[in-house]
Amino acid sequence: MYEILTDIIGNQIVAYVIAAALPLFVFILPFALVAVLAERKVSAFMQDRLGPMRTGPYGLLQTVADILKLIQKEDIVASDTDKKLFNLAPILVFAGSYAAFAAIPFTSAYIGSSADVGIFFIIAISSLVVAGILMAGWASNNKYSLLGSMRSVAQIISYEIPAALVILTMVMLTGTLSLSEMTEMQTQYFWNWNIFGGAETGIVKILLIPFMLVGFIIFYISSLAEVNRTPFDIPEAESELVAGYHTEYSGMKFAMFFLAEYANMFAVSAIVVALFFGGYHSPFGYLGNAIGIDWLIPVEQLFWFTVKGTFFVIVQMWLRWTLPRLRVDQLMNVCWKYLIPYAFVNLIIVGILTLL
Amino acid sequence: MKQYLINTWQAIYTVLVGMKITFKHLFVPSVTIQYPDVKQPMVDRVRNRLFVNMDDCIGCDQCARACPVNCIEIETVKSVPPEDLGKTSQGKKKALWVTKFDIDIAKCCYCSLCVYPCPTDCIYMTDSYEFSEFERNDLIYKFATLTPEETEEKKANFEKFQAEKEAKKAAAAAAKAKAAAESKPDDKKE
Ligand code: SF4
Ligand code: SF4
Repeated sequence: MYEILTDIIGNQIVAYVIAAALPLFVFILPFALVAVLAERKVSAFMQDRLGPMRTGPYGLLQTVADILKLIQKEDIVASDTDKKLFNLAPILVFAGSYAAFAAIPFTSAYIGSSADVGIFFIIAISSLVVAGILMAGWASNNKYSLLGSMRSVAQIISYEIPAALVILTMVMLTGTLSLSEMTEMQTQYFWNWNIFGGAETGIVKILLIPFMLVGFIIFYISSLAEVNRTPFDIPEAESELVAGYHTEYSGMKFAMFFLAEYANMFAVSAIVVALFFGGYHSPFGYLGNAIGIDWLIPVEQLFWFTVKGTFFVIVQMWLRWTLPRLRVDQLMNVCWKYLIPYAFVNLIIVGILTLL
Repeated sequence: MKQYLINTWQAIYTVLVGMKITFKHLFVPSVTIQYPDVKQPMVDRVRNRLFVNMDDCIGCDQCARACPVNCIEIETVKSVPPEDLGKTSQGKKKALWVTKFDIDIAKCCYCSLCVYPCPTDCIYMTDSYEFSEFERNDLIYKFATLTPEETEEKKANFEKFQAEKEAKKAAAAAAKAKAAAESKPDDKKE
């Protein structure tokens, strides 16, 4: 992408800036707009309500109005906060979740960075979010914020272990760290997806399916915890902690946390899709191939990637409005006593199966 | 170990049960009533805003006297002979001009006690409940149909009538007195 832009514009720096900002404006902002509305509508329908109905037809412009409101809000910095850290934290959190998009293959024609260490980079860079959250809680000089951020950090670090173990399993199976290469291996039809044992054939493929399913469930649960979604939303726990680490933030800084949360939701769903559900590949072959138009294929791929990613975001919302919040001890229980042992066993079994 | 596996299974199973329930509710029609656009019908006997049908009011002041918080203020002026106020819908003859009929709905406690004594059933509760105002004075509802000028006119008329009556009375009394005075000397004469 970067090379193409350099060719078009002729200036490397401009091309670089555009390539870096592209996913933000083309994808994340519209996605956040739609996702916030979807979240409110889904929650409303699940509770037999209507949700926002006043702004625009069926309340479709609600998030636009909300964003406009947030932009106009006064940017309050309480007097006893640690100003530098306080102002840096939302940027860091957003940067961390945005950087993850660099290694996500949206289509075969667009990937921010084609670095070979894709998934590894994502795990590493999303740790910035942890630092940002801790910073926000500490700098706010507010006990609720601090409690929230401590919980958040404990939770994210704990759940990174089962997530990393599952990713390790997948890396072992596919033999690559790059998400686009992993996606390419799951090409053509849906029975080549990793959740159905990958592109292999024979008895091993059948044997792999249950273990892939276990891996998927573990990874999905830990990704929920990593993005602080219910049932793992104890860092924000409205009923206990006001709003957790972003209690003291207002206006655009709050909006950045919000945007980061939704960007993160899509990022983890995208990783799930790339690891288990064939990435950007269509489940039934391509229309572009059938009628012989080459440029149609990347467009279709983008469509399928968005559809699959959005599906998992919707499942996240579905879970959020189904399950109550866990207690801190239950949270740790689930992670250390259940997810990690299962992930380990899974890792070993898949390892043996790949040797067969 | 067995308990461990059972726990795992139950965790997954119960989450799925919950998800099934919420999924079903996705398709249950919503119970929301879009309030200002759609209103729930009120029951028959609701007590909300008071209304006075001035065509029927005979100005008897019964409602004002029944009110426990004195939020009804009525002033009346008697009609003078050539004026005809017509009849109420129940056939009662109206004899008083109602020059002031104010209900301070801010004071009203919706007890409905003013409704019962009305001889013509012209003060009653309606089902309108949206009558908030910015000024408290706007909550004083003025039901009197006469304009201030008319009120002045009626008052003047009545006073004139009264004065004429007084004058007539006085004249009659004077005449009587005169007649009496005149008849006395007559008596004396005879
Ligand atoms: S409802 Fe009760 S308080 Fe209100 S005006 Fe009638 S008598 Fe007075
Ligand atoms: S009781 Fe009825 S008729 Fe009498 S003054 Fe009140 S509203 Fe008018």
